[in-house]
Amino acid sequence: MDVTNLESVRDDDFIHAVMEESGQDLTHCYQCGNCTAGCPCGFAYDIQVSQIMRNLQAGRKDKVLNSRSIWLCLSCSSCTTRCPNNIDVARVMDVLRHIARREGRVAERGVTTFWDAFLASVRKHGRVYELGVVANYVARTGRVWTDIDLLPRIAPKGKLSPMPHGIQGRDEIARIFQRYEEERTR
Amino acid sequence: MRIGVFVCHCGSNIGGTVDVPGVAQVARAYPDVVFSSDTMYACSEPGQAAIVDAIREHALDGVVVASCTPRMHEPTFRRTVERAGLNRYMFEMANIREHVSWIGKDREANSNKAAELVRMAVEKLRLNAPLYPKSFDVTKRVLVIGGGVAGIQAALDCADGGIEVVLVERESTIGGKMAKLDKTFPTVDCSSCILGPKMVDVSQHPNIRLYAHAEVEKIGGYVGNFKVDVRRKATYVDWELCTGCGLCMEKCPSKKSPDAFNEHVGVTTSINIPFPQAIPKKAIIDPTSCRQFVKGKCGVCAKVCPTGAIRYDMEDQVVTEEVGAIITATGYDLFDYTRYAEYGGGRYPDVITSLQYERLLSASGPTGGHVKRPSDGKEPKTVVFIQCVGSRDRSVDRPYCSGFCCMYTAKQAVLTKDHIPDSRSYVFYMDIRANGKMYEEFTRRAMEEYGVQYVRGRVSMIVPQGDKYLVRGVDTLLGEQVEVPADLVVLAVGAESSHGAPQLAEKLRISYDNYGFFMESHCKLRPVETNTAGVYLAGACQGPKDIPSSVGQGSAAAAKVLGLFSRGRLESDPQISQVDVRRCVGCGKCITTCPYGAIEWMELRGEMKARVIETVCQGCGICTVTCPQGAIQLQHFTDNQILAEVNALCLS
Repeated sequence: MDVTNLESVRDDDFIHAVMEESGQDLTHCYQCGNCTAGCPCGFAYDIQVSQIMRNLQAGRKDKVLNSRSIWLCLSCSSCTTRCPNNIDVARVMDVLRHIARREGRVAERGVTTFWDAFLASVRKHGRVYELGVVANYVARTGRVWTDIDLLPRIAPKGKLSPMPHGIQGRDEIARIFQRYEEERTR
Repeated sequence: MRIGVFVCHCGSNIGGTVDVPGVAQVARAYPDVVFSSDTMYACSEPGQAAIVDAIREHALDGVVVASCTPRMHEPTFRRTVERAGLNRYMFEMANIREHVSWIGKDREANSNKAAELVRMAVEKLRLNAPLYPKSFDVTKRVLVIGGGVAGIQAALDCADGGIEVVLVERESTIGGKMAKLDKTFPTVDCSSCILGPKMVDVSQHPNIRLYAHAEVEKIGGYVGNFKVDVRRKATYVDWELCTGCGLCMEKCPSKKSPDAFNEHVGVTTSINIPFPQAIPKKAIIDPTSCRQFVKGKCGVCAKVCPTGAIRYDMEDQVVTEEVGAIITATGYDLFDYTRYAEYGGGRYPDVITSLQYERLLSASGPTGGHVKRPSDGKEPKTVVFIQCVGSRDRSVDRPYCSGFCCMYTAKQAVLTKDHIPDSRSYVFYMDIRANGKMYEEFTRRAMEEYGVQYVRGRVSMIVPQGDKYLVRGVDTLLGEQVEVPADLVVLAVGAESSHGAPQLAEKLRISYDNYGFFMESHCKLRPVETNTAGVYLAGACQGPKDIPSSVGQGSAAAAKVLGLFSRGRLESDPQISQVDVRRCVGCGKCITTCPYGAIEWMELRGEMKARVIETVCQGCGICTVTCPQGAIQLQHFTDNQILAEVNALCLS
């Protein structure tokens, strides 16, 4: 095992950025592990959520932002509910994803690609058009066989409509996206 | 008047952010100030000697010390000026540490503020007059509230010291939480074997009067002369006649009464003696479940009682006791774990509290000392202990550590192995706090000798699975989620303040913290005193405490009381209200507003006037702001003195 030099891995600016953006005080975490204990996705994580919190306290930017865990997080907020110190851990995970995306380092491309496909569909149709999302996702990732086993079960239930459903107020939805773009570029 | 001003550096505490010599320089120009100087530590021996010398050399008749809070050192400096021959009330203190140097970094602003506080003190001192305390007799009896181990120790030490003790206990027996324990850490000796003899001593000591099943209703008076009303709640059994034979319990047909002593593990009879070693060993009827009370007919106990002690028509009785001091030892209560939904919120019968488990382990408990789980009476083979349930958790407003759970959990895990040799125990913990003599060694023994599996992490949920409970959690040292199929789950519930503690504090006129624990006078140097003279603290009412600390505090509180009573008479504080009868119009508003009943009517040449009873007045000053004529004035805080301070600040 490599020895970690706590001085050289520590990035104070990163700690402050996460605290600022999430509004959560990372020093409140006393590493009880309650967040990890209840995490439904912990089995798939490379770094457990309590360890993410510990790495944040140590200011280990690369370790945290390069982790797969932040992308596999379901945002179910079990961690937030259980935290004895009232830290909104799910919000912290959210902020880590924002920062990672801004810095162009995404450890799980598949996740962001799916989200992009999902949001693009909502932007276009005002609500999600499932088949369109699938087509978009498959086209970008080439993962044709992903979840294909679910098809026989969802197709008879009419969950995959061949045509998109329009909704009222599609323009308003589109304007939300527009406003976001404007704010981001400002 | 000739005033001397001493401005203290307090090392760098004040000197760091206040121009101390500058303040002393400025003070020399204040009216009546004939001497001023700065001093490194005014409270030190040379510091005090300098004050005495200056008083003699410059013939001072008043002294101002600008330093720290008067709460700590006002008595110190009053003694200093007294040594030099001045009256102790010819002294004023300006707090330029807590109110100036510790709260601001701007040296110039600090120095200005310090100078202004000194000016206020000087202006007040110019109007001070010598005051002389009166002395009064002390009732050399002490009231001890609460008969747990701390209260028992305090009562026995006071009684052995030769003073009369009135011990008031809310339950029908003394013993408190310790009486419910099976064994005690770190020696694993039998709790009732070491507490029992002390309880018997209480009942047999000629100097102790015990009121069990009683509560303090009203407290009046002041240090040396308290008057306490004690409500003796109806027991429906004449305790003069009851011999504690237990025949009534055998015959009582109502066997579903809640068993509070056994922490509601199982039920008991409506007429009940809580446990074999109870002191007093007297029966008591629970009217909420007794058939005679609920249905109006039964009377079995009355028929079988060999001494005819049953009294269904008994009523509460209030007795008044006069005491000179009060020791509060009201202990603690347990956190209500049903607030945690992840542990089942009270729905799972085999998820129990540590104190319930203690009753299951105890030979005098509902299972006769055989560990049987509540749901089906089976002996558990896998027991999971979860620590910090209601401790160190801000989300349930319990941020503090309860202090003793780590140790009793280790003890219970050891006892589990003793009771069931083929069992295995798991302890989910966050940190092990074992900071007492032989404590760390004990927790190590639990792991090394008894094979207790310590898992560093929390439990996220408990799921019933067949006749087991799947305990899901994390082992943070492994960095993995883990699960244990358990037969029994024991929650190490934390301590919280005793129910009714804040209300009792109001009666005692002592302060309590956010969580209902009583406030000591100084957390390090006056741990058993309160800020109310004559009221002392012992045990967990001041904060969670284990048995050794509680006993230590019980003895400490007793020592304080014995010290207080060693003086024949006490001096009353002369900072009390006085009525100027020429200005008093006899409206009586002060009489109705005084919270201590310290003002009474008197007749003066055919007119009714107010008069202050000097030993009863506590100097709170409420009467002075009520009096429409300004006729009643609080000595040392007269209107003129306070206005002089205000003027010094606003007009200068």
